[in-house]
Amino acid sequence: MEKEILEQGLNLNRRKFLSKLSLGVGSAALGSLLIPDLFKGGSPDEDAIMSALPHFAPKAKRVIYLFQNGAPSQLESFDYKPLLNKNMGQELPESIRGGQRLTGMTAGQTSFPLVGSYYKFNQYGESRAWISEIFPHTAGVVDDICIIKSMHTEAINHDPALTFFQTGAQVGNRPSMGSWLSYGLGSENSNLPAFCVLLSRGKGNGQGVYSKLWSNGFLDATHQGVQFSNSEDPVLYLKDPKSMSRDERRKMLDQISAMNDLNYREFNDPEISAKIQQYEMAYRMQTAVPEMTDVSKEPDSIIKMYGPDCLIPGTYAANCLLARKLSESGVRFVQLYHQGWDQHGNLPSEMALQAKDVDQASAALVKDLKQRGLLDETLVIWGGEFGRTNYCQGKILEDNYGRDHHPRAFSIWMAGGGVKSGMVYGETDEFGYNITENPVHVHDFQATVMNLMGIDHERMTYKHLGRRYRLTDVSGHVIKDIIA
Amino acid sequence: MALINKRSIWSLPLLALLAWNCTSENSNIPELSAGDQISYNFHIRPILSDKCFACHGPDANKREADLRLDTEEGAFTSLKESPGKFALVSGSLEESEVYHRIISEDPGELMPPPESNLSLTEKEKELIKKWIKQGAKYEPHWAFTRAEKPNLPATNDWSENEIDLFVYQKMKSIGLEPNPVAKPHELIKRASLDLTGLPPSPELLDRFGDFTGENNYDDLLDGLLADKAFGEKLAVLWMDISRYADSYGYQDDNIRSQWPYRDWVIHAFNENMPYDQFVTWQLAGDLLPNASKEQILATAFNRNHKYTEEGGVIDEEYRIEYVLDKTNTFSKGLLGITMECAQCHDHKYDPFSQKEYYELFAFFNNTPEKGYEGDVSISKPAKTPVLWVDQQDLSGIMSFINYQDSSKLSISVMGELEGEEKRTTYILDRGVYDAPTVPVSASTPASILEFPKDLEANRLGLAKWATDRNNPLTARVFVNLIWQEIFGTGIVKSAGDFGMQGDLPSHPELLDWLAVDFMENGWDIKRLLKQILSSSTYQQSAELTKDHLAKDPENIYLARAPRLRLSAENIQDLILASSGLLHQELGGPSVKPYQPEGVWEAASSGRGVLATYVQDTGKSLYRRGLYNFIKLTVPPPKAIIFDSSNRDQCEVGRGRTNTPLQALVMLNDPMVLEASRVLAMNLTSKYQDNTEALEMAFKRILCRDMKSDEAALIEDYFEDQLERFEKNEDQIKPTLEVGEYPIDSTKETARSAALMQVIVSLYNLEETITKI
Repeated sequence: MEKEILEQGLNLNRRKFLSKLSLGVGSAALGSLLIPDLFKGGSPDEDAIMSALPHFAPKAKRVIYLFQNGAPSQLESFDYKPLLNKNMGQELPESIRGGQRLTGMTAGQTSFPLVGSYYKFNQYGESRAWISEIFPHTAGVVDDICIIKSMHTEAINHDPALTFFQTGAQVGNRPSMGSWLSYGLGSENSNLPAFCVLLSRGKGNGQGVYSKLWSNGFLDATHQGVQFSNSEDPVLYLKDPKSMSRDERRKMLDQISAMNDLNYREFNDPEISAKIQQYEMAYRMQTAVPEMTDVSKEPDSIIKMYGPDCLIPGTYAANCLLARKLSESGVRFVQLYHQGWDQHGNLPSEMALQAKDVDQASAALVKDLKQRGLLDETLVIWGGEFGRTNYCQGKILEDNYGRDHHPRAFSIWMAGGGVKSGMVYGETDEFGYNITENPVHVHDFQATVMNLMGIDHERMTYKHLGRRYRLTDVSGHVIKDIIA
Repeated sequence: MALINKRSIWSLPLLALLAWNCTSENSNIPELSAGDQISYNFHIRPILSDKCFACHGPDANKREADLRLDTEEGAFTSLKESPGKFALVSGSLEESEVYHRIISEDPGELMPPPESNLSLTEKEKELIKKWIKQGAKYEPHWAFTRAEKPNLPATNDWSENEIDLFVYQKMKSIGLEPNPVAKPHELIKRASLDLTGLPPSPELLDRFGDFTGENNYDDLLDGLLADKAFGEKLAVLWMDISRYADSYGYQDDNIRSQWPYRDWVIHAFNENMPYDQFVTWQLAGDLLPNASKEQILATAFNRNHKYTEEGGVIDEEYRIEYVLDKTNTFSKGLLGITMECAQCHDHKYDPFSQKEYYELFAFFNNTPEKGYEGDVSISKPAKTPVLWVDQQDLSGIMSFINYQDSSKLSISVMGELEGEEKRTTYILDRGVYDAPTVPVSASTPASILEFPKDLEANRLGLAKWATDRNNPLTARVFVNLIWQEIFGTGIVKSAGDFGMQGDLPSHPELLDWLAVDFMENGWDIKRLLKQILSSSTYQQSAELTKDHLAKDPENIYLARAPRLRLSAENIQDLILASSGLLHQELGGPSVKPYQPEGVWEAASSGRGVLATYVQDTGKSLYRRGLYNFIKLTVPPPKAIIFDSSNRDQCEVGRGRTNTPLQALVMLNDPMVLEASRVLAMNLTSKYQDNTEALEMAFKRILCRDMKSDEAALIEDYFEDQLERFEKNEDQIKPTLEVGEYPIDSTKETARSAALMQVIVSLYNLEETITKI
């Protein structure tokens, strides 16, 4: 019931309720006249799809997506390619590049010198996965995560690539993954939004994020991601004005409700009573959200686990801790973005700083969920929008190089939520340029996330302007190999 | 010209159209009686389109068994895979393969196949069965047939004009009676919001009173239509259609200056420019003989879409992206069709081939525009081709542009390549920029209206085609948009899709009558609005009865006026106007009012002049919502919370949700609090009597007098708050001191603080931001 209230903003329920009412009287009055479904795209289609959800028993109930915005290099994180160090400075063979289109950043380069990782790699855990030295904490949870080294995408620029990951299409105004899940599954907590968004920024070259990434697209606006901020208003307009106590707020809401109720008695419009309920939920949110953002009750062990940054609002570490709290409270989809991963140059210095921002807290999140027994039902995802080239952008200098965008192969990791742990999936060639086994397209990834949440990505569609849309557009296969 | 059907398409199946209801799928289907006439357009095509056309429709590449059911010819041809058998045989269930396949219990035979995740309901099967028995007659798609004026239904006492004749007939068919006329103050508020987007002032309410004095309802409408705020109200709709924004979009999202185009739109609406001319100038103003700068400015319509300034992009990839956007905006916004589906493949539902998509695309593909003009570090306010506007222009024909600076203005507009520079357009395989296949020349989809050979094969020719009397879509689509503006839902609910998958019109004859009447009377927008607002249909009360809820919960039959929440822009307008804070000034550069801290900064790349939000001060804080600065990557959060378009692409309608975030905005937004404070302090100065002050506040905000039960509640709350502030004097200052509007500290009293709280509660009433 709670789910229904939050998810549909009452409108759909009202419609259902009213159309049920209409059956008796309506059909009698109509006699034998025909009743075609003239208003298609409305409730019948939607109801049929909604009532079928979930399509099968979900493995994960909630998602926390740690988006590494700007595209972290796979070659300095999870895809170990010693050949690049061995052949440092040599040309990338044309046979390997195979006509891959290049961005304008390096299209004019006459030389494509291979460049190896500045950082050392070691093998960890039972899976013996290779992880670079700048991710020591992630290495510590390697047996709880599944590294996918064979991701690939279609876009080569940030904006379309990010949009593709989040909405399944490079352009256009489509719903984000969190909006789809909010729409399909609703929230487990009637005092919090089903889809929350947390932003942070690292010290590396950044690319910005865009609110369309958490847009509801053509879905109802109740499914848009609600952005949390580190200002005194964790959610926009949440905080009451100065000198307004909770009692005074309550009193004003009672006054508003009483007045609205008088109006309802005159017009009988159910929209008015729906309004009264929305004000009540707003009131509850005003208590529930600050409880979320307050970390003062977290024990020292937790603070230590996430690192001292978690006490500084707006940092990645603080957002990871907040994500855990939101998720624990039933928020369906928590989307983090950490900016600063666009290392066209200065990779050795910037990437270490970026890794330092995220490594400990990302690993802590996995550990924390696990110790609370929540990891099994919470899917954690870590990754960027594409990978980076195995050759240097510009010239290789001592202690400095950079990498351009690379769509053909990159690495992400997933943990919990029904994903196999301690696994490395997919492989790239020794140049780290092309995928050699088990490619995972962005739509495959999305289909897999939906599957873990109990949704058949081909069946959960939404009809908008005559077409049935889905997150995975017209493709996507569930990667069954990584599902436990 | 093709598809000209002299007889109104609605005349044949009228009997069946008279009554229908929007029921849920599992409702009991009334028995079909022998006399019921099944209509292909109304009953069958929606089923076939939704459940069959994806594999047996217009898309030649995805057609299964070489069978197409979207054309009569295809459906009655001998089946390729079973020669001698037929999908449909007129009047014979036995011989019609379609029938056997839809009722089959063998999953291998059943249509639609189980793996499609589609299935037919019993009701749908029954309809198809009956249709076949009755001869399986096809009809041309209603929206692609020339609109004709249907005969008017019989007159009646209730009807004020032609609109009512159609509406009355329809509501009577399900046994509904029209609601009584709305109360005069309701009508004044309703008409004022609909025509100007502003609430009526107490003075206006008093002047018109109950319409029995010197000023009647007709005068009210004329006055509102002549108000300059009229153009501002209608411009909101057009800004959504033309995806207007003040930044370039994409990652760094720097500033641009398209706002003179917005000023032109306001001007054109206020001057009541005929819609056909309005469309022509926007599509092809630059191609008109001796084009004026104003005509060229109008073509900015085609250039409002996003432009990338991301370093390293491929020029042609984005140039193509821009042409696609122009094509899709024209299709959706002006023709009401979802042409973009044919970008990658033949349309799945509508008779548009991929070739036809690129033929339409070709009209927009010949502008000297670049895909990339450099990154944000060398960003300019407009991109090639640019229209320059100088002081001389501003004091001449461009005086409608509100610009106080002495520097020249530049706006991105259209231009046309000539001679050898002309581009060849190709079909792009899968819609990808670097996969050109067959060259095509500019033309329009034949199924809508063939492109006459004597027209210029450029945007001017396209504009003439779009505004031709024989074009079946342009007038219908616009009339429907205006209907949607007023009644909340169009006569065709899917205002952006008049194709096979779109919703059927609720009042088909009315739509056609209005569209033809509109064309016959010079595409006169103000006349159309006056026609609608003068109708008895419009003037009904919004009160809901049990009968309404039972028979017509969605108000499709219009036996009452709708109650509709205002748009984000008009909510702002109402708050500022009713508090007396509104600064009424037409046009000008967009403004940056109060916005929560850090909203832009959190999402910014840190580059460009829009990396940080620099709030305006003074009168710029009190402009209408239309003028709020729109940064595409972070659109104004309040507006998004209230369902406005994010302007990412052409939109022809907004949702109308009711969420807790909206409640938080209304309770805590500094704009609401400041407006409440200013109004409270003005009223406490003006009126010594508390009741008088409360009455005036109520009248300004609710646009009516309080009723006694309301007055009791309000006075109690006021007394309570007065006591609170008298007891806690330290709370007065922090409560009142919100917003930048100057405050007279000598008047910071418990009384004004208490009144402010009452006013905040009034702004939060459902009725306040609702058109009733």
